Amino acid sequence: MKIHEVDARAIFAKYGVPIPPSRLVLSAEEARAAAAEIGCPVVVKAQVLVGGRGKAGGVKLAATPEECATKAKAILGMDIKGITVEKVLVARAVDIAKEFYVGMVIDRRSRKPLMMVSPAGGIDIEEVARTTPEKIIKVIIDPIFGILPFQMRLMTSTLSDDKEIAKSVGAILASLYKAFMALDASLAEINPLVVTPAGEVWAIDAKINIDDSGLYRHADVAALRDESSEDRGEVEAREAGLSFVKLDGTIGCIVNGAGLAMATMDMIKHFGGEPANFLDIGGSSSPDKVLSAMRIILRDANVKTILINIFGGITRCDDVATGLIEAKKQLGLDIPLVVRLTGTNEERARKILEGTTLIPAATMEEGVKRAIEAANR
Amino acid sequence: MSILVDEKSRVIVQGITGRDGAFHASQMLAYGTKIVGGVTPGKGGQRTGEGVPIFNTMAEAVSATGADTSVVYVPAAFATDAICEAADAGAKLVVCITEGVPVLDMVRVLPYLRERGARLIGPNCPGIISPGKCKVGIMPGAIHMRGSVGVVSRSGTLTYEVVHHLTLSDLGQSSCLGIGGDPIVGTNILDALELFAADDETEVVVLIGEIGGSDEEEAAAMIANGYPKKVAAFIAGQTAPPGKRMGHAGAIVTGGTGTAAEKIAAFRAAGVDVAAIPGEIVDLVRRLMPSSKAAPPAGKGKRRAK
Repeated sequence: MKIHEVDARAIFAKYGVPIPPSRLVLSAEEARAAAAEIGCPVVVKAQVLVGGRGKAGGVKLAATPEECATKAKAILGMDIKGITVEKVLVARAVDIAKEFYVGMVIDRRSRKPLMMVSPAGGIDIEEVARTTPEKIIKVIIDPIFGILPFQMRLMTSTLSDDKEIAKSVGAILASLYKAFMALDASLAEINPLVVTPAGEVWAIDAKINIDDSGLYRHADVAALRDESSEDRGEVEAREAGLSFVKLDGTIGCIVNGAGLAMATMDMIKHFGGEPANFLDIGGSSSPDKVLSAMRIILRDANVKTILINIFGGITRCDDVATGLIEAKKQLGLDIPLVVRLTGTNEERARKILEGTTLIPAATMEEGVKRAIEAANR
Repeated sequence: MSILVDEKSRVIVQGITGRDGAFHASQMLAYGTKIVGGVTPGKGGQRTGEGVPIFNTMAEAVSATGADTSVVYVPAAFATDAICEAADAGAKLVVCITEGVPVLDMVRVLPYLRERGARLIGPNCPGIISPGKCKVGIMPGAIHMRGSVGVVSRSGTLTYEVVHHLTLSDLGQSSCLGIGGDPIVGTNILDALELFAADDETEVVVLIGEIGGSDEEEAAAMIANGYPKKVAAFIAGQTAPPGKRMGHAGAIVTGGTGTAAEKIAAFRAAGVDVAAIPGEIVDLVRRLMPSSKAAPPAGKGKRRAK
């Protein structure tokens, strides 16, 4: 789960990371008042859950409260990568002499927390990772100890020769680690961590992603979810206990199992069709889940046909068939529905579908081909 | 031989009185798995409908039954504890079916189990089956057939799809291992390849991967360095958009890495055939089977006298 910069900043501040003061505002007037309160110069930052805000023009400096209002007006309502800016953060700006990158993830290869630091921080960090990866130091941390002193010395010395700055940075790294581990983060990043000409160290951006599986034990963090930036279908799917990702094709898919759902999308593409979505209906295909799935998919005007691909183990195919007929009736479905049901009671399911307008398929390949055919009619 | 579970495995079901635990315990018993007990704190002393004794703790269960294997059907908030309890009680193999276990818990669980000489499969997995011998998990036993193809997969129903194709073509399986869809799992693809390498019954390995992480790339490197069995692969997620979690917590392309295209390229470079669609696996496996064999030895799920 992603959280807004303003919330990540608050979390880091709680763990002792030096963060410049800021206010979250919804209008140019509020921005003006915030700038007056905080003291200029300030930076106005769009609060949207996508990267590349700066490059899209969503981060602007302002020298006076008046200029802050102007900049806020320009940024509010801006479209950044498909998301409309509804809130901006007005934060005290600091002079930047150096920009570092510090971040933490769980490394899948070593199965341990991994901290990364680089003296070449800032908006081009991805370029650094690609072209000069040796400028990023990676340290695997054992949770039994946390960051060991020798690891801390390696990271801080990479960033600065100055003893005082190294000490400040070290404290920030320790806070970053503590926050990450306490909140079940999957990513925690400060980019850039800046040093001012006077030698002060400030975190002027903050990013925290939380492990979805950890949310159940962090109700306060779970409450920070911002659904407005998510596709409506994805929000509904989550609430219905389904997984859904919208694509832009014409063949809607309902599948039981994430791997099988991905393979279904791939197979549609392989045979010349275009999948409209990924949708995993999960283990038990209860009638209401099928109904929810269909509703979500049907909201997409591009969808010309729906393919149901169920490989049932525990899942009873006859129950799914009955649920499908019900759903079709309830939703007044008029686009072709191709149904592949393999597994427990598949014969009974076939009988139930006989005489209906639902198009049966004995195999996944047949289902995909019939769906493509139906979508092209 | 098969890997990890066979007719000698003695299995405890953790969460045996819950809805999933109860249902799957019955299914496993019907398949022939030796379920020697179950654990639900507070229900010790009772028996299930099939007469399986229920214990309050894993320690009591292992002590009373000599169990060596445990399967966890417990909600995510309690699964980590159940896994650790099993290892602490002496289970050597713990299979966690549960989805939604926090990743940080897995970081801590793996060393905990290693110290106790226990292996974890999963979490968020369908389990492991050695057809004709033992089923520890939720996979439909009937689609499996005993034979010499080892299957390792990150998926659940996609594994069944592939196994279904194999069985219909008389290409039986030695063991089918579902390692799970999470970013950090107890037994990964490399571990599975090592296990199959040491298994006399396995002649060809089918590897079902998906986007996210670098397990498949590392497996390809291992195979390129010399691997004693033939391998065929299928990778799901060629059409997955970057940055989006595709159901499984571990199925996400981050920072441009972990794409299906990269994994497929890595396998091809290592000399591993990659199927374009699941059904194609059958042709690949047939080609890789030793030519002295027309079909594998056993019938559908039947036990063979040794």
